[in-house]
Amino acid sequence: MRPAVRFGIAAVLTSVAAMAADIPAPDRRSGYAMMSPELRAMQDDDAANPGMLSVLDGAALWQQAEGTAHKSCADCHGDAGKSMKGVAARYPAFDTTLDRPLDLEQRIDRCRTEHQQAKPLPFDSKELLALTVYVAHHSKGEPIAVAEDARTGPFIEAGRHIFEQRQGQLNLSCGQCHDENWASVSPARRSRRRIRPVIRSIGSNGSRSARCGGGCAIV
Amino acid sequence: MTARVLIHLPAKALRGEVIQIKTLIAHAMESGFRVGTNGNLIPRDIITVFTCRYNGEEIFRAELSPAIASNPFLSFFTTARESGTLEFHWSGDNGFVATETAAITVE
Repeated sequence: MRPAVRFGIAAVLTSVAAMAADIPAPDRRSGYAMMSPELRAMQDDDAANPGMLSVLDGAALWQQAEGTAHKSCADCHGDAGKSMKGVAARYPAFDTTLDRPLDLEQRIDRCRTEHQQAKPLPFDSKELLALTVYVAHHSKGEPIAVAEDARTGPFIEAGRHIFEQRQGQLNLSCGQCHDENWASVSPARRSRRRIRPVIRSIGSNGSRSARCGGGCAIV
Repeated sequence: MTARVLIHLPAKALRGEVIQIKTLIAHAMESGFRVGTNGNLIPRDIITVFTCRYNGEEIFRAELSPAIASNPFLSFFTTARESGTLEFHWSGDNGFVATETAAITVE
């Protein structure tokens, strides 16, 4: 590519970046909308979605007593179908004792160390994913509604800054694919389908969106 | 260790109705053709045979190969003849065995 052309593209991207605000809420689409009909059918059918195997694992772990306190999740929280309804949609949520937001995995691990007196489960371990997917399963279909207030505000702003910061060998920001070109035939769409089909969000290992960065093209 | 299994079939069916049965089992289905980080082949570990019996009579059998992906999903049809139980059986390498039963009421 000739330098002038490259500069031209860079200039266009920069000017778009300057104009681009958040995608208005009604226009936002889940990656689900970009999945193939076959993948959607697989994800919709609880009998065919391999993520449900993790949910079963999580349901067993929920009842299992752990740690020196010898308590299970159910001993405090009872029936997850009632107590965990809609909970996952509120995470990451602010933790007053740690004075920072925690995501759902961190919250579960904190419950383990504080209340069960057990060792925290390693991040991305099969057990932690299973418990997380099990808790999240009770919020299925609910829109993610993270509280935006004075406490979480600075963290959301810091995240926005990283999201919009150009980085990596391709010098792209997250937003250049996932905000500005999300609807077109763009790297966002292709890389999402290829590297991270959304079925993996409750996929063969019950993996969660926190893993997304690992497969991204800008790294 | 028992493997996680998901079975889906209608709890009730009319006599003579064709019903769909869906089965999903958690299994790595390690093909035996991949190499690990140390360069050695990862030994094959797959499910080799799946059978389904309807009140003791075999109605479906599948032989699985190394090319089949992890967590094999099998779906098949049968005719609902009488109330009873369906017995599902998976067996494979390294002595892997899993069984599951499901009840069906035929009216």
